[in-house]
Amino acid sequence: MSSNHISGAEIVIRCLHEEKVKFVFGYPGGAVLNIYDAVFQQNKFKHVLVRHEQAAVHAADAYSRSTGKVGVALVTSGPGATNAVTGIATAYMDSIPMVIISGQVPTYAIGQDAFQECDTVGITRPCVKHNFLVKDIKDIASTIKKAFYVASSGRPGPVLVDIPKDITAEKYEFSYPKSVHLRSYNPIVKGHSGQIKKALSLLLNAKRPMIYSGGGVVLGDAASQLTKFVRAIGSPITSTLMGLGGFPASDKQFLGMLGMHGTYEANMAMQECDVLLAVGARFDDRVIGNPEHFLSKPKTIIHIDIDPSSISKRVKIDIPIVGDVISVLTELNDLLSKEKTKQNPSLKHWFKDIDQWRSMNCLSFKNDKKLIKPQFVIQTLHKVTKGDAFITSDVGQHQMWAAQYYPFDKPRRWINSGGLGTMGVGLPYAMGTQLAHPDAKVACVTGEASIQMCIQELSTCKQFHLPIKIINLNNRYMGMVRQWQEFFYGNRYAESYMEALPDFVKLAESYGHVGMKIEKPSDVEPALKEAFSNKLKERLVFMDFITDQKENVFPMVPNGKGLSEMITAEDL
Amino acid sequence: MRHIISLLMENESGALSRVSGLFSARGYNIESLTVAPTEDSTLSRMTIVTSGSDEIIEQIIKQLNKLIDVVKVLDLNDGRFIERELMIVKVKANAQYRDEMKRMCDIFRGRIIDVSDSSFTIEITGSSSKLDAYIESIDKAAILETVRTGASGIGRGDRILKV
Ligand SMILES: Cc1ncc(C[n+]2csc(CCOP(=O)(O)OP(=O)(O)O)c2C)c(N)n1
Ligand SMILES: [Mg+2]
Repeated sequence: MSSNHISGAEIVIRCLHEEKVKFVFGYPGGAVLNIYDAVFQQNKFKHVLVRHEQAAVHAADAYSRSTGKVGVALVTSGPGATNAVTGIATAYMDSIPMVIISGQVPTYAIGQDAFQECDTVGITRPCVKHNFLVKDIKDIASTIKKAFYVASSGRPGPVLVDIPKDITAEKYEFSYPKSVHLRSYNPIVKGHSGQIKKALSLLLNAKRPMIYSGGGVVLGDAASQLTKFVRAIGSPITSTLMGLGGFPASDKQFLGMLGMHGTYEANMAMQECDVLLAVGARFDDRVIGNPEHFLSKPKTIIHIDIDPSSISKRVKIDIPIVGDVISVLTELNDLLSKEKTKQNPSLKHWFKDIDQWRSMNCLSFKNDKKLIKPQFVIQTLHKVTKGDAFITSDVGQHQMWAAQYYPFDKPRRWINSGGLGTMGVGLPYAMGTQLAHPDAKVACVTGEASIQMCIQELSTCKQFHLPIKIINLNNRYMGMVRQWQEFFYGNRYAESYMEALPDFVKLAESYGHVGMKIEKPSDVEPALKEAFSNKLKERLVFMDFITDQKENVFPMVPNGKGLSEMITAEDL
Repeated sequence: MRHIISLLMENESGALSRVSGLFSARGYNIESLTVAPTEDSTLSRMTIVTSGSDEIIEQIIKQLNKLIDVVKVLDLNDGRFIERELMIVKVKANAQYRDEMKRMCDIFRGRIIDVSDSSFTIEITGSSSKLDAYIESIDKAAILETVRTGASGIGRGDRILKV
């Protein structure tokens, strides 16, 4: 054996170095002990020890969401891998580029029901972009290279690499491939020029043009191209939950978020437009409601997406443009710069309609002297952080309020689970985000039910000195569940009440953090100011806001209804 | 409508389950699925017989193309093609049935490939509907066992699916 032979475990580490990985989120165990021994002997990336593998994957996912780089997680075989599945499925649904390395029992023991064996490749197959079981040490480097390439190209997504323990102990020479070619995988980057020309002319000649942007704009780093284009053509624009920040929310062309809890003006404009441009969005059920109702008002639909299978999946598309959003938008901008009339003369009239819908003021709410309104907490958070924080959220009413009342002007600032809707992501998302942006303000907007799904991570936050601010909108209910039960199940609140809540202040303190309980509206702003003050700059602050228990999220498009069939706060 | 989809994919363990998993996860029909390596042993050729509206077939093709192991996909129904399936049938061939079974086998251009005192084993190839027609035509009580490969298909003339 020549002297340049290193162990399979060291090869794994060297690959991660080649990929310039800065953080690996993980948790050790038998099958990855060789890899951990190699982790111990290097210092090019930092290993972040979580307290549950689910959190490792979520944190790596948020690292990716907030930076655009590939997130990396490392877990052991069997229970380590199964614990990671929720995190992987969450990343898959939102197309987040990640590489997950899982340990596997030795190759000779596979299929024997060995200790901590599970069919990780089989279990994760439906929730990864691709996965690999490496059976030979010779293939480790090329497989990891492929994994990073597949994860980050085309429509991104998580890729899992399962590595049996015996090959991490064997020795082989290390050589990292410079490039990869997969004959079966050639993502299309450039859109069809003819279609792009047609799209532009349709938009310029529409009576009621509308733009609808999604997570693809954020993931594709196309926010500035989109902003340039939309400002130039002057049309109104809305965004999905995942697309927030892709166009500045403070711009007056922005109509707010659309969908189940979208604004009145955004949903009405979606319904009433005659030419719709969808960019990196996928017409899902929470966004356009019932497709038949959506199409009941005739419209010409243009759809830009990197993934051909997203086009005409739920709604028939008239002008499909398959390509990378940034490349297509750049081409649109170039074409537009050559046009004589850039703005459509019908816009004035169209904005008159829109302003009328806007005047409904659908997000208004009444503050109370005694009870803290959750919306008010988010508005104050926006004010205190000057709109410049990274906001992670869990899943529930608090998530919708954060999306509605914290306007995002920049992409990659709003980190939440849109597709899978995974409770428990909030805190690990804040960890991954804070590690990626150590000097930034990071707030986790959560609920008393969600936060308890990954609460153990308070310990990780202590170990790594993460000064996250947790905004717990504590309504003593699984609020979103309770809201549906109130509207659609005759107020029968089946199992949606959170009994026996912990004392969150003491809980935070027991982990070595600062806890605050805020019970009066007049204390909201001072408490937030204190939490974000220099004095607590280095500390995690757990803010337990005792909010109005019965507050609901409005407007609301009931499940299966059309976008213009919203219930607003005034209706009830 | 019934469609025959041909695809070339990497001949790797797990590739088949990615395809079958896709069909079950998305609720697409599989009438039959056949797969075997091609003359290039790194590639497998698969034929899937499925059915669905035009929109569903379009989605199936797109979703198959999205699988990393899938190299090429062709909907044979987009052009002219030939379809063949092999069926092996064991039928009663005692005194009561012997002549009749020989006659039906000839009509359907089958071949008797094994004979015993009481049974014939018959091989028949053709389109799936021809095999269905054979089964329809003989006395059900005479059928002892059937095994079918599922359809394989190939484009006519210059229509070629190759890497
Ligand atoms: C892991 C998981 N389990 C169940 C659900 C269903 N679910 C959606 S919202 C919600 C309640 C969330 O309660 P809380 O965190 O207190 O937020 P609130 O709605 O009260 O703001 C539940 C149970 C989910 N989204 N994720
Ligand atoms: Mg709650």
